[in-house]
Amino acid sequence: MKTCLVVDDSKVIRKVARHILEALDFTVAEAGDGQEALTHCTTMVPPDVILLDWNMPVMSGIEFLRALGEAELPRRPKVVFCTTENGSAHIRAAIEAGADEYVMKPFDRDTIESKLQIVGVA
Amino acid sequence: MDMSPLAAGAFSKLLERATGQELLAARRWRIETALGPVLKAEGLDSLDQLATRLGRAEEGRLIQDVVEALLNHETSFFRDIAAFRSFADEALPAIAERRIDTRRLRIWSAGCSTGQEAYSLAIQLHRATERWQDWDVSILATDVSPQAISRAREGLYGQLEIQRGLPIGDMLGWFEPEAESWRAKMELRRTIAFAVHNLMEAAPAGRFDIVLCRNVLLYFPIATRRSVLDRIAQSMAPDGLLFLGAGETVLGQSDAFEADRELRGFYRLKGWQAAQD
Repeated sequence: MKTCLVVDDSKVIRKVARHILEALDFTVAEAGDGQEALTHCTTMVPPDVILLDWNMPVMSGIEFLRALGEAELPRRPKVVFCTTENGSAHIRAAIEAGADEYVMKPFDRDTIESKLQIVGVA
Repeated sequence: MDMSPLAAGAFSKLLERATGQELLAARRWRIETALGPVLKAEGLDSLDQLATRLGRAEEGRLIQDVVEALLNHETSFFRDIAAFRSFADEALPAIAERRIDTRRLRIWSAGCSTGQEAYSLAIQLHRATERWQDWDVSILATDVSPQAISRAREGLYGQLEIQRGLPIGDMLGWFEPEAESWRAKMELRRTIAFAVHNLMEAAPAGRFDIVLCRNVLLYFPIATRRSVLDRIAQSMAPDGLLFLGAGETVLGQSDAFEADRELRGFYRLKGWQAAQD
């Protein structure tokens, strides 16, 4: 079973994402900000994929992504940004920082499933 | 909303007469949802009233609206990603090898709905620009629905549509933001010829090297599938490839095609492979 870490400061979004991911047979973990997600990835077995919000307290999604790139991990998770920042400039910045895919909120199950297929984890 | 069996039958017959597609009993639940906007636009209270009006000769436009509403336009970019990879990595090179002298490739996306399949094809070809640089490649994309073809030509997709199946790099590379939507760049749009075409009629002129007819046959009754496949067969080059949707087959539905021996999910005109032995 594949694992996914959902990183979002909104409990509602985490709940919706969990619901979709569990229906797609993923084991789901949650983090409320980038720092919490970084701790998760560096102290536990990194997930197969991370669904990552952009604007969060403590550590933003883009800061987390840069920190993740510098961290020594046994394997690098795929990272799918999932955010309301829908402009081309933000998308390009996310890809330059190492994101594998990008989901513009609002999303639905088909969107999440197809992006997970594109990055090769579904 | 109540709908008499008579009305359900009338909508079903109308769709089949216009497009060859059948409205299976299991899909009749869609009628209410699909025809809701038509009822509203016409100021009608019930589907039975709508069915009654369809019997009048002067209701040509209304008939067209009802048929459009009953058609299923469900599609996505690179639908069934594994099959599309096989198309790109195996089928395209196989057919290209056989066209190395003429450097001409004719592709028909039959039943293209709102165009995502055709744009996926065009993007796929652009990904290997060097390979096709001095080739004459054409993509014809057709659908029975004028509304779907109009949307396909516009190449304008909402946020949910653009994200279904399309890698983010391709979205940034081939589409431009327009309000809350994304429009295919002219460079991409001009590589595809979109046209209204009914698969119940003769196939478009040309000898196609590759025909994609994916997730279309399932809407036709078995006997109709056979005649549709016969017409597609007549439109294909002798060594052409037919690409069907996941879970679709020609087995028991066509005497014109047989499965390709090497390319899973692809079909050849019957007899061609034996003639190569």
